[in-house]
Amino acid sequence: MQLTQRHREYWQKNLRLTGILLAIWFVATFVVGWFARDLQSITLLGFPLSFFMAAQGALLIYLILIGYYAWRMDRLDREYDVQEGDR
Amino acid sequence: MAAPAQSRFVAQLKRYYALYTGGFIGFVVLLSIFEQMGMPNKMLGYIFLGATVLLYAGIGILSRTSDVAEYYVAGRRVPAFFNGMAVGADWMSAASFIGLAGTLYLSGYDGLAFVLGWTGGFVLVALLLAPYLRKFGQYTIPDFLGARYGGRIPRTIGVFAAILCSFTYVIAQIYGVGLITSRFTGLDFGTGVFVGLGSILVCSFLGGMRAVTWTQVAQYVILIVAYMIPVIWLSVKHTGNPVPQVAYGYVLQKVTAREQALNDPATPDGAREAEVRAILKQREKTIEDELQALEVGGAAYLAEEKGKLVKVAAELKGKRDADPKAVAAADKAVAEFPADVEAARKAWRAAAETDRAKAAPIAAHAEPFAGPDQATRDKKRKNFLALVLCLMVGTAALPHILMRFYTTPTVREARQSVFWALFFISLLYITAPALAVLAKYDVYTLLVGSSFSELPSWVSAWASVDKSLMSVTDINHDGIVQLAEVNIGGDLIVLATPEIAGLPYVVTALVAAGGLAAALSTADGLMLTISNSLSHDVYYKMIDPRAPTGRRLFIAKALLLAVAVFAAYITSLKPGHILFLVGAAFSLAASAFFPALALGVFWKRANRAGAVLGMIGGLAVCMYYMYMTYPFFGVNAPLWWDISPIASGMFGMLAGFVGVIVGSLLTAAPGKEMQELVDHVRYPYLESDSKDRIA
Repeated sequence: MQLTQRHREYWQKNLRLTGILLAIWFVATFVVGWFARDLQSITLLGFPLSFFMAAQGALLIYLILIGYYAWRMDRLDREYDVQEGDR
Repeated sequence: MAAPAQSRFVAQLKRYYALYTGGFIGFVVLLSIFEQMGMPNKMLGYIFLGATVLLYAGIGILSRTSDVAEYYVAGRRVPAFFNGMAVGADWMSAASFIGLAGTLYLSGYDGLAFVLGWTGGFVLVALLLAPYLRKFGQYTIPDFLGARYGGRIPRTIGVFAAILCSFTYVIAQIYGVGLITSRFTGLDFGTGVFVGLGSILVCSFLGGMRAVTWTQVAQYVILIVAYMIPVIWLSVKHTGNPVPQVAYGYVLQKVTAREQALNDPATPDGAREAEVRAILKQREKTIEDELQALEVGGAAYLAEEKGKLVKVAAELKGKRDADPKAVAAADKAVAEFPADVEAARKAWRAAAETDRAKAAPIAAHAEPFAGPDQATRDKKRKNFLALVLCLMVGTAALPHILMRFYTTPTVREARQSVFWALFFISLLYITAPALAVLAKYDVYTLLVGSSFSELPSWVSAWASVDKSLMSVTDINHDGIVQLAEVNIGGDLIVLATPEIAGLPYVVTALVAAGGLAAALSTADGLMLTISNSLSHDVYYKMIDPRAPTGRRLFIAKALLLAVAVFAAYITSLKPGHILFLVGAAFSLAASAFFPALALGVFWKRANRAGAVLGMIGGLAVCMYYMYMTYPFFGVNAPLWWDISPIASGMFGMLAGFVGVIVGSLLTAAPGKEMQELVDHVRYPYLESDSKDRIA
């Protein structure tokens, strides 16, 4: 079928959201990992910051990213009328 | 399915699993009462392993099915929350349950690559794959490749790659099953493998995905309870705080302080460590000299050395009042003497290596990429990040995980179920670093500095099981344990934590049951992936598309049995090295599947030629690099950019992406039908879906 303007807009928004979340994922994992030695001297809850990030911080960030994506896409689905189920 | 029926189903599930969890905790309490009344440890181990395995078999029998959609995708009605638990159990293997905390104990910060890699991959699953695969809504991953790229070749490569990485991974799991059953029941390894396998088969054989799903939920409950109890206990003991994930930061500080003291010869403990290290350095030098002499003298030198040992043993036996221990040691030295030059070179080099490592100062647990110079540190950092990326992308490409997202009722629930999956997985992964630090604190403070005459009982208990897991030798003969005199194997940490913490034996048995649940649930999922690929993709889609339902399922079950027996046979030969097998499975999956799957959704221009080129190229490069560099194969070619073989997926992935892009751009764009399929998977609902539904 022919996609409408609305459909394209939905996909663009999805792409943008995916891109932003992936950028955060990248920074939390690889940029923080790259500078791990420099972040060592900062302490958080008794942990050196680099250790905390790799052992817990990044995991919490991943969880938030996925949860936010599920929530945001659910709203976007309804906003653009592409949600499943009874209509 | 109508909404009210589904919500009734969910309510029912919640009730069943709440009852089940309560029942399980009651069972543990009951057994601990039996222990207090004097039930022998061996009996407790039997009851625990036997009861849990029977439970899984019971769920398998209750969920038996002969409906295709039930068999392959559990009827597509698994709620997000429960699918998350099932993914968690499917995901967390023996390597996560038993190996992870041990790896962290041994390598500190650098071991966190596994924590990051095995959780961060779910971001890729959630954002790039799960919702789209659920919308596509078929049965296997090769199904998607076959439909998206058309023709037989992409599907065939998909089947081959799915079987290759699942089989590599399943061997590692069955190996774990064999280890646990043989250690806690006294069966020999080969028998243990087949007994464990029996219970895997009952679930997947009778009820396919449906049975495996509900068993995995049950297994998740057992494995997480088993993991948490000892850590919470340790945490309360050391910090008074029952939340180990928060409390261990301060324990980590104490560990760091202790490390500094042990590394500083000015403190009394540090002085004793320095003494042991000096002896170890001397010992290393002696071995190096022997190696030198071996290179010069060859077999003649070896024979001469052996002659000396034989003479010593004979002289000892000749004495009337010879110490029987010394005689036994001398005999052992003769018996264990290397048979030829090659064996001697290998054994001595390994011994020198061990002594050198033990003689070095303790690496700080919390320090990232520790090394003597900048070049070593940079190399470690590069490999750390490469391994993280490989494990993440591999996570997002392993077919047995992706398949689970076909089983949710809707796209919306597929997205939510990735959240629940990571939530349940994180419970264990956030706890593992705490477990490692708490166990380390006990070893550094209780074991180090204690006297050899009164070692804690768990030390001798584990030393008698396996010397490579635990051994303590008084190297400087001062009667006091120093850290450099202690050898701890990584696999011991989780299994021995209950004993280190002084918990009742019931908890040890519980941990063993948890490890078994972790290994069995992953093996279930993998085995199902392999047999589904064969029966659905090969038999139904390629050989006989008109096969009636009954025959399709019969073929699926027969193949499952054949695959299981074959896998158990391979495992009983002990191909060895779990970590390498696991790493290889991830690298292979990342190289073969990820580029073709992700670009298949996000790049309409990707076509069949590109997919074929990318998948074959990725797989080939990854396998080539693994074969050339992994010591197991004995080629030992130089590394590319110092990337170690466990991260060989780095190059495979790169080749995969380049292959898909170049192959697609060089050939014609995919037809209208393909483009429409891509639109179909991109939107949870399109008007055209109701007319030409694929499912």
